[in-house]
Amino acid sequence: MAVLNVNPTRMELTNLKKKLMTARKGHKLLKDKRDELMRRFLILIRENKELREKVEAGIKVANSHMSVARSVMTDEEIEVALMMPSQKMSAEVEQQNIMSVDVPLFKPRFKSAKEGEIYSYGYAFTGSDLDDAVGALAGIMPEMLRLAQTENACRLLASEIEKTRRRVNALEHVLIPQYEETIKYITMKLDENERSSTTRLMKVKDMMLESAHNYQ
Amino acid sequence: MYKIAAVGDRDSVLGFASIGLDVFPCDEPKEGYRLLKELCREDYAVVFITESLAAGIGQKQMEKFYSQPLPALTLIPGAHGSTGEGMRAVEGFVEQAVGSNIL
Repeated sequence: MAVLNVNPTRMELTNLKKKLMTARKGHKLLKDKRDELMRRFLILIRENKELREKVEAGIKVANSHMSVARSVMTDEEIEVALMMPSQKMSAEVEQQNIMSVDVPLFKPRFKSAKEGEIYSYGYAFTGSDLDDAVGALAGIMPEMLRLAQTENACRLLASEIEKTRRRVNALEHVLIPQYEETIKYITMKLDENERSSTTRLMKVKDMMLESAHNYQ
Repeated sequence: MYKIAAVGDRDSVLGFASIGLDVFPCDEPKEGYRLLKELCREDYAVVFITESLAAGIGQKQMEKFYSQPLPALTLIPGAHGSTGEGMRAVEGFVEQAVGSNIL
């Protein structure tokens, strides 16, 4: 690992030591963050998988009812029946903070509380299969909303984990070794200077003794 | 209060109209892309999109919408059955976060 291009002075050494301490602290914190994010992510992703399986099965059932309904009614009739809904569904959004990742939570809200409101048509001109199809979709809707919520959370967490992991690796494998090597280099250089000044002093002392008292 | 939308071919999304979602029937990928762009600007919390339409729009274009926290774009199987694309997306998250698929 390359040594940083700095002057081997005592001031640089103290600065670098401070930076190394900060880097180590940051590394530890980020590692903890990554581990906790990963734990939360794994819980969420399992839930996500289960929900998706459930929703896909539910939509499949609804679609099979719908295709039967379509075979007994014309397209226009179905459209007329469905396109003027009396129920209106919306979502309330709250923010949840998972390890500093803002994740939206969705809560379903209905315009009318009556359960029968999902059927936007009179029953006179439609078959029972259409009722089944709409009923199945309405039944799976809360799960679909939860699926959207968990999948969105998983997506956000996954990208955050990726970012955090990069930061941890950069600190662990680049920045911290660099600081350590540079500190070692400066320490050695300073020690070397000290030793050389000691030998110089000894040599001067010898020379002075020699000229003053003729010591050998 | 945020709205919820469903985008996809007519047969797949018509049923959602009855339970009170905003429905946007659409078969053309280009039209779908324009539609998604518009929906992202309005206050929609969740947009359900059929797997086949999303596949038509293409992963690269979809990525732009995925990167925003709202609306939450969610793939649903269409009237012609699931293509497995939604599940693959879930596995993609695991790979991105963990490094390998452990599900």
